[in-house]
Amino acid sequence: MPTDRIDIRHVARLARLALTDAEIATFAPQLGSLMTHVDALAELDTERVPATAQVVPSRNVQRDDVLRPETILSREAALANAPQAQGAYFRVPRIIAEEG
Amino acid sequence: MDPIHDSARAIARDVNARAVSAAEIAETLIPRAARVDAELGAYRELTPELMRAQARRVDQRIADGDRLALAGVPVAIKDNMCLIGTHTTAGSKILEGFTAPYTATAVQRLLDAGALPIGKTNLDEFAMGSSGENSAFEKTKNPYDLERVPGGSSAGSAASVAGYAATVSLGSDTGGSIREPAAFCNVVGFKPTYGRVSRYGLIAFASSLDQIGPFARSVEDAALTYDTIAGKDPLDATSIDRAVEATADGLRDDLRGVRVGLVKEFALDALDAATRACYESAYADLERLGAELVDVTLPTAEYGLATYYLIAPAECSSNLARFDGVRYGLRVDGADVGEMYERTRAAGFGPEVKRRILIGTYALSSGYYDAYYLKAQKARTRIGEDFARAFERCDVIASPAASSPAFRFNAKSDPVTMYLMDYYTIPGSLAGLPSLSIPCGSVVPEDGTRAMPLGLQLTSPLFTERALLGVAHAYERATLHAEKLALPEICTT
Amino acid sequence: MSTIASSDAALTSELLDKYEAVIGIECHVELKTVSKMFCGCPNAFGGEPNTKVCPVCLALPGSLPVPNARAIEHMIRSGLAFGATIPAHSKFDRKNYFYPDMPKNYQISQYDMPLTVGGVVGYWLEDGSRGECRLTRIHLEEDTGKSTHASADGRLAGATSSLIDFNRAGVPLMECVGEPDLRSADEAVGFLETLARTFRELGVSDVKMEEGSLRCDANVSVRLRGAAEYGTKAEIKNMNSFRSVRRAIESEIARQIHVVESGGRVIQETRGWDETAGVTHSQRSKEEAHDYRYFPDPDLVPIDVTSDVVERVRATLPETPFARYVRYVDDYGLDSKRATQLVDDHVLAAWFDRAVAASGGKAQAVVAFVLGDLARLANESGTHLGDGKVTPEALAELVALTSSNAINSKAAKQVLEALWVDGGSAKAIVEREGLAQVSDRGAIAAIVDEILATNPSVVADYKAGKLNVMGFLTGQVMKASRGRANPTLAQELLKGKLGG
Ligand SMILES: [Zn+2]
Repeated sequence: MPTDRIDIRHVARLARLALTDAEIATFAPQLGSLMTHVDALAELDTERVPATAQVVPSRNVQRDDVLRPETILSREAALANAPQAQGAYFRVPRIIAEEG
Repeated sequence: MDPIHDSARAIARDVNARAVSAAEIAETLIPRAARVDAELGAYRELTPELMRAQARRVDQRIADGDRLALAGVPVAIKDNMCLIGTHTTAGSKILEGFTAPYTATAVQRLLDAGALPIGKTNLDEFAMGSSGENSAFEKTKNPYDLERVPGGSSAGSAASVAGYAATVSLGSDTGGSIREPAAFCNVVGFKPTYGRVSRYGLIAFASSLDQIGPFARSVEDAALTYDTIAGKDPLDATSIDRAVEATADGLRDDLRGVRVGLVKEFALDALDAATRACYESAYADLERLGAELVDVTLPTAEYGLATYYLIAPAECSSNLARFDGVRYGLRVDGADVGEMYERTRAAGFGPEVKRRILIGTYALSSGYYDAYYLKAQKARTRIGEDFARAFERCDVIASPAASSPAFRFNAKSDPVTMYLMDYYTIPGSLAGLPSLSIPCGSVVPEDGTRAMPLGLQLTSPLFTERALLGVAHAYERATLHAEKLALPEICTT
Repeated sequence: MSTIASSDAALTSELLDKYEAVIGIECHVELKTVSKMFCGCPNAFGGEPNTKVCPVCLALPGSLPVPNARAIEHMIRSGLAFGATIPAHSKFDRKNYFYPDMPKNYQISQYDMPLTVGGVVGYWLEDGSRGECRLTRIHLEEDTGKSTHASADGRLAGATSSLIDFNRAGVPLMECVGEPDLRSADEAVGFLETLARTFRELGVSDVKMEEGSLRCDANVSVRLRGAAEYGTKAEIKNMNSFRSVRRAIESEIARQIHVVESGGRVIQETRGWDETAGVTHSQRSKEEAHDYRYFPDPDLVPIDVTSDVVERVRATLPETPFARYVRYVDDYGLDSKRATQLVDDHVLAAWFDRAVAASGGKAQAVVAFVLGDLARLANESGTHLGDGKVTPEALAELVALTSSNAINSKAAKQVLEALWVDGGSAKAIVEREGLAQVSDRGAIAAIVDEILATNPSVVADYKAGKLNVMGFLTGQVMKASRGRANPTLAQELLKGKLGG
């Protein structure tokens, strides 16, 4: 049960990770064993317990609607790290219209 | 005057007094750091030119009459923080070649205070690990025994300070990544309250847990560094808008009136005998200094690991989605964008990062969210409540920082065994509490011959950094454990 | 009612009577702010590619979002304008999916705690009929960059690579989700037009469809008229004008009816609208592409909206275009076309309202001037009435002068033209130009006598039964009085003297 409870191929597709068969063979039992460990949480009573997304109770942290020109990157700086650029643009291989 | 061994406080005092120039300090530390780094592999990259340029600026400012809190202090920066113009890899192949076009807020505050950036330090890939072994580039060595790990994930930040290749350093702590390597390397490592230090420019691992903090060879230097980097940042919506009390001037020498909580669930029985004896004597020292030892309980602490290993991977799976070969970093081409993504991420991430991305993606995926991620968030609430109750009875909680001293390379090949290293540090992380590790003695591990340091973890309520550092300072001054342990060879030659 | 266009065949009216369409609209509207949603880059259309980007909107490692307060206020305004509930607590969530024009590979959006919940959009159609469509919610999110495809025709199919511009990435976007309350393409367009008018009136968006600042999807299904259950719906995407919304929905309704009539079943899917071919086509996507793994964004803190804030925003709300339309038609008795013309130009409408108020409610007389001679004058001079010299108060004076017969309609035109050039008061112009209407019987009778005496042959014609020469004689009287004679009185006197 612990080793095959996660459909690793499906999860890897969601995460956009190509896994080799060897990786799947390694990861499957490791993830299974971790999830077994995690299952212990089920016994903890959390009925009527609110979820904590943030430990510090801040609210409404917002910025005024103003420009911050000093943070804007020049196009050269924006494209400097691009694996592939073409003219003013980032370039990527063709997009298959399935996402989104 | 010894810029290599002096404290940050002494260096800043001398530079401000113009007894020594920042330039001289830079010229002393640059070859020193290179030599130590050749032994330890603590740095991803040394930045001598930046250091020199900054030293010139600092000397000019001092000449102009400024007084700077960290004038001329050599600092090392964990390589998951952006510093403009430096390579910033987060220890990952996927960011190999990436040059940061901006500077992290915490790093900028150090620079503004006159610190000299000596280099970027090695780490477990994306700060995921407890030994430093998950770096995609090299394995940083523990200066006290080159056969052993320095701890992680802030491996190089701990090792560089321990090895006198930096005076202080910045690390980041998500589940123990400052405290555990500090314990392994005989230095002070301090994780402030979540939100005290801006995360802007820190490459995110788990956003609700990540926190930047200092490594130093004394509590005083850790406090000085913390005082410099702490405070609200308009660029980080989770940074706390709450006055920061200076800690460096609040350090005390005794513990009269301090109630130190010992957690029932952190009983020492599971530890090896010598390690246990070391912690028992640390607790006794606290009492001898005037502290009142009280028993407290954290009934949900045992769920800390399970909670953490759902929340942190879930956040990481989303945070690391941006590494896709489009705008920066590695790209492995494919016939279409989807194939390019999968190949780039397959080649760019190491196994631990992949494991966590997979766990996190799974925990958030349709049909499992409530059972895993939401459940973990609720468990997190209960863990926080447990701490709050415990702190009704005590001012600070003492425990081991790690369950053993530094282990040998490749000693923990099973991921879950490695995760257990963070057993003591994770609950405090989940609760967002300020927490530090301070040297508390040493033991000779069964599989070794050299004495290896241990760290005492002290944890206190939210926003009580000043009190926490005060307690740590009293303990440090009374015990002088760090100084008792023989200096690493590399540092004496 | 426009005709149904379809790739295969037009629908007969029997089929249209047999089936009923059910339509729900979701639309994305770019908010009008100075800066982007989570960073200080400009929110502006166009510009050189990749020049409005910073570490945050380019999702560089380590960057963090901080929300734009004005965008949040725009949301509250929009919700209140439609009578939505503004929950006290709201938050941002991450919607996780990979797409190259989305820098973080997640979109900051709102999942289960949107800023506004519910509300109703009242709308009207060209023919004056009205409808209502409930809103499910409006939530706040961020826009993506834009990709262009390096193929011969710039389209996705056949491209070997794509080029990305992130200038638009991070622009604040609100998503309005409507309930399936609409029953025809006309209603869908009426609903969308009212949304667009309202957002413009509120100042929360420019709503320029040609710039992509309003984009919409439509969920369309058909069912037998009278059926209780909804049919299976298809989601239509890629409609980039109100015209294409209408055509796409009509085409999809026809397609679905044909599918059902020919014994087939409509399948739940996404269909893209092909503007050129005039048809929708299937865009089936992989099943797992839709596991968005929403979770609260740990980089952002929750939003609390206090009732003080809600009331402060509510106090600044303008009258909505729909309310204004209803007022014009129901209270002022304007026809739908004129009411729409006014509502569509809110500066003009505000001017009109002031003039009506100043005139003591003579809306019909005011609208005749505003959409008649004043519109013509504005049009001829290429300016807007709101920017001209004529004040609503001056027009009200003019209305009073005409309705009390102090001046006649010809003089009124002259007064308007003088007002247009010089401004000032209508009364003053009437006096200055001597345009006051002469209604003194004696004075007009003298002119009438003179005209009859100098046109004996016309008088003879009249008496011989050519009654239509009356117009000529009246004109002569008016001319002799330099336009000031009361024309009704002049005619009456003419008839009397001619013994008609
Ligand atoms: Zn930006």
